[in-house]
Amino acid sequence: MEDSSMTMLEVKDVYKSYGDVAILKGVSFTMEKDETKVIIGPSGTGKSTLLRCINQLSPPDKGHVWLNGVEITNPKSNINKMREKIGFVFQDFNLFNHLTALRNVSIGLEKVKKIEKEAAHKRAMQELSRVGLEAQAGQYPAQLSGGQKQRVGIARALAMDPDLILFDEPTSALDPELIGDVLDVMKSLCGKVAMLVVTHEMGFARNVADEIIFMEGGIIVEQGSPKEMFTNAKMARTREFLGRIGALYGDQEGG
Amino acid sequence: MAADFGQFFINSLPDLLSGLGNTLLLTFVSITVGFFLGIALALGRVYGNKIVNGFCVGYIELIRGTPLLVQLFIIYFGLPSVGIIFTPIQAALLGLALNSGAYQAEYLRGAIQSVETGQMSAARSLGMNKLQSIQHVILPQALRISIPAWSNEFIYLLQYSSIAYIIQVSELTAEGKFIAAQTFRYLEVFAMIAVIYLLLTIVSTEIIDRIAKRLSIPGIGAAKRVSLRDI
Repeated sequence: MEDSSMTMLEVKDVYKSYGDVAILKGVSFTMEKDETKVIIGPSGTGKSTLLRCINQLSPPDKGHVWLNGVEITNPKSNINKMREKIGFVFQDFNLFNHLTALRNVSIGLEKVKKIEKEAAHKRAMQELSRVGLEAQAGQYPAQLSGGQKQRVGIARALAMDPDLILFDEPTSALDPELIGDVLDVMKSLCGKVAMLVVTHEMGFARNVADEIIFMEGGIIVEQGSPKEMFTNAKMARTREFLGRIGALYGDQEGG
Repeated sequence: MAADFGQFFINSLPDLLSGLGNTLLLTFVSITVGFFLGIALALGRVYGNKIVNGFCVGYIELIRGTPLLVQLFIIYFGLPSVGIIFTPIQAALLGLALNSGAYQAEYLRGAIQSVETGQMSAARSLGMNKLQSIQHVILPQALRISIPAWSNEFIYLLQYSSIAYIIQVSELTAEGKFIAAQTFRYLEVFAMIAVIYLLLTIVSTEIIDRIAKRLSIPGIGAAKRVSLRDI
């Protein structure tokens, strides 16, 4: 079923409204295997909504999403099975408060993939050490710093062997000095798993992304390689946004 | 006088203990059945569709909106007229369990709704279905959060199971009334009974407290100590 030439993710003409407010007004793009794409744009533009439409946490009103050729938006698809293949890293972490770091990472393996407890814990430990947190395995979320929580969140997504990980502003809730650790972990994943990252970290976008997607008002305004976008953006609005956010967040470090 | 009371106490003890047995039976069975009923009703209220939710709301409001005594009278005196006959203890167990279920449902609903919505999103995005998410993520947190309220419900049931004496269940209070009626020593008998209830309350509060501490997890519900002053 998975053929290497096939587009891994295809999002086609996705619309989403909350009540009378139209958030997404026809968004289309594709991703290849192990590609890293960064979505940037002003707040309230539908970036997070788009991520939640992809894994159907908020099903789109209209439009289609395919993962490896299987349509996620088809009501006949087994959405739980599809979500195993799509990791999600949340802005406010959403670690399971009642479980240790280790169990946060292993619970998906145990309960969803039905892997034996011992093997699941072993795998979870591997993922924790990948994000530099094997020493914190026995700690509960309330005992971890924000940066540690988010790295557990990433390990939790990785443990499921996803084809794609969706990152919803993964560093926005962190103290500035903790952002670096999380970005380092994300960088280390580049080329190993496909990542779709909503972020304001321009350094990360510039140095790590294969492509940057600029969204505003529920549509994709422009997309292109970091080089094109930062030095030669076609749309005035893109240049204006990148200029302003670059001044605000700094576009040279952290990437 | 003191020696006389001692003798009276010893003579009364067998009857009081048999009453105590029924009190404990009423309390434990109704808290347990009520617990599972409460979980089902709370989940129905929070996650059920319109029909399920409506049914649960209707049940809870009906039970909470009518006196326990009236519910017991309907079960014990009323239902026989439509051919459903219970022994006193059966009627009391049923009434207390159905009643406690409604109250426990409301404590649990509050606890379930206090679990952040992101917990459900995170569980679903791992590929858990709704039931798995509730079972492995929502309930383990909600149950811990609801322990202090649940502790109150336990003590409430322990004491208000005494209402069963009105439908002829020979629990602790009924036995006391029986002894007092025979001996006319009302003050001593009911003082003894009060002390027994008090001791049971103190001991069970302490036990629930220890369970809460053992189950406590940093950052969840903060296993608040329910002291006797709060009851």
